[in-house]
Amino acid sequence: MSGPVIAETERTPSTAASAPPPPREPRLTWRQRLSVADVKWSPYLYIAPFFVVFGVVGLFPLLYTSYLSLFDRDLLDVESTYVGFANYATLFRDPQFWNALVNTISIFVLSTGPQIVIAVLLAALLNTRLRMPTTWRVGVLLPYVASLVALGIIFANLFGPNYGLVNGLLETLGFDRIDWQGNRFASHVAIAVMVNWRWTGYNTLIVLAAMKAIPKEITEAAMMDGAGAVRRFVSVTLPLLRPTLIFVVVTSTIGGLQIFTEPKLFDAMPGSNNGGSSNQFQTITLYMYQTGFETQHLGYASAIAWVLFLLIIVIAVVNFLLTRRIASTGVAEDGAR
Amino acid sequence: MTALSVAVRRHTVDATGTRRARFWVYGLLIAFLVGSIFPFYWSFLVASRDSSMLTEQVPPLLPGGNFLANAGRVFDSVPFWKALGNSVIVSGTVTLTTVLFSTLAGFAFAKLRFRGRNALFVFVVATLAVPTQLGIIPLYMAMSEFGWAGDLQAVIVPNLVTAIGVFWMRQYTMQVVPYELIEAARVDGCSMLRVYWHVVLPAVRPAAAFLGMFTFMTSWNDFLWPLVVLNAENPTVQLALERLQSGFYVDYSLVLAGTTLATIPILIVFIVLGRQIVAGIMQGAVKG
Repeated sequence: MSGPVIAETERTPSTAASAPPPPREPRLTWRQRLSVADVKWSPYLYIAPFFVVFGVVGLFPLLYTSYLSLFDRDLLDVESTYVGFANYATLFRDPQFWNALVNTISIFVLSTGPQIVIAVLLAALLNTRLRMPTTWRVGVLLPYVASLVALGIIFANLFGPNYGLVNGLLETLGFDRIDWQGNRFASHVAIAVMVNWRWTGYNTLIVLAAMKAIPKEITEAAMMDGAGAVRRFVSVTLPLLRPTLIFVVVTSTIGGLQIFTEPKLFDAMPGSNNGGSSNQFQTITLYMYQTGFETQHLGYASAIAWVLFLLIIVIAVVNFLLTRRIASTGVAEDGAR
Repeated sequence: MTALSVAVRRHTVDATGTRRARFWVYGLLIAFLVGSIFPFYWSFLVASRDSSMLTEQVPPLLPGGNFLANAGRVFDSVPFWKALGNSVIVSGTVTLTTVLFSTLAGFAFAKLRFRGRNALFVFVVATLAVPTQLGIIPLYMAMSEFGWAGDLQAVIVPNLVTAIGVFWMRQYTMQVVPYELIEAARVDGCSMLRVYWHVVLPAVRPAAAFLGMFTFMTSWNDFLWPLVVLNAENPTVQLALERLQSGFYVDYSLVLAGTTLATIPILIVFIVLGRQIVAGIMQGAVKG
């Protein structure tokens, strides 16, 4: 009777590594051994899809992008030539790249800054005792359903240079028309308005959730100490929102620096990847797309992608540190994190 | 401090700290809401008239009667039915697989013990910050290699499961599924898969539903990757819209009829399920 003995010795290490030990039994049946294997291996099976998908379509392409950036390769070529860091050397002397970099950061700052300020204020409004609170929250989130393509088309129309509603309104109010497409800064403002319009409501809800999670006792204590509404908001609520604001800023950084659809559809010459007649609102992702799939220099486009990747990581870390500092200048500290 | 004074304190806060919102609060919120709705309304307005309204000094503010005619032209200009069908197939498949794989992985990370669990979960969280969109060039080369370029599976496969989905489901499963319930099911002889199906999945249904809606909307609105890998004959809705706009002369009544048509399905979903979406975003924010 060697079978049960082997089963017994097998069982001891596997239970130690997995679930709390079930009551001891003299011998394990086939069924029980199956059950032990089930406990031991199921978790790996359940998490496997994510790791396989991420590895194949996320990690591998990113790594291969850095490899590809060392080659001179065209889309239709089979052959590619190793050029070392030549693509990067060219990139750092490429005025169009620097132009795209400045555009991206400008649009990013114009969209993230106002958006977070408005989101915090709007969340404060929603945090008062409203009639039908959920209805207001749903209303605030409404722009989120618009697709970026639809949004780009609608706003390109609203900001149109000749017949656009915005310019019509400006003229009625006695201001000059603005060339929202041609003027570099104006085009950044218009694109930032699009981004803000779609995302402010979403971030408002995240901030509102954090506000609701602030314990009443803390606000009460501040009130007992004689702090007015504004003082309570600045000295108590804002510092406690710190982790949430960091989260919002870092996620907006990762998304905002990859902005593509809005500038592509905002172009007065539809279908173009130039980001305006003199690239005045071409972003880095748009430039990467143009280089890779219009002019078809895959190696060079990969270098652009990889530089943008590093840039996103650096700016996300800087933002993380900055936000932590700015938001922690209040009195209260959050002990939870 | 006595019980009485605590009670008094609470009363004061309830009376003043969270008093009813004043009218200016409603005023600001209504202004914000009007701003939110206006671009949708504007696109319907232009779509229901003809492009000449855009040249008028004072544009009309009420819809005209041309919407159906303009919508008909959308279907004539681009393969819009095909685009709708493609988008439903892609978004539907991606939603199903994302919910399935995320709930499974979330269950494993939240409730099962296995070697390397914490390290692997930290890895999942770290991938949230990885801009995978920047890998589209090799990904496109791979899809061409497989002969998938132009086919729907090229859009479906890269989106089968997401890190954010796994992360959310892990957080939620930790909160709502007690260990006792899992152990009881195990004692009753359930396999792990049956525990997942009969115990975990019913318990996490609200979060799974939210993840599903979120995934569907994200997938429906996706643009860059479909633009790279699909073509004009086999588009998604977003690609068809972009195609409408890329004529030499942009006929805005036509294009905005397209955006209205593309927005209506998702708007209906949003109006029906808006409360759950709001609740999901707010829950995710607190737990995340």
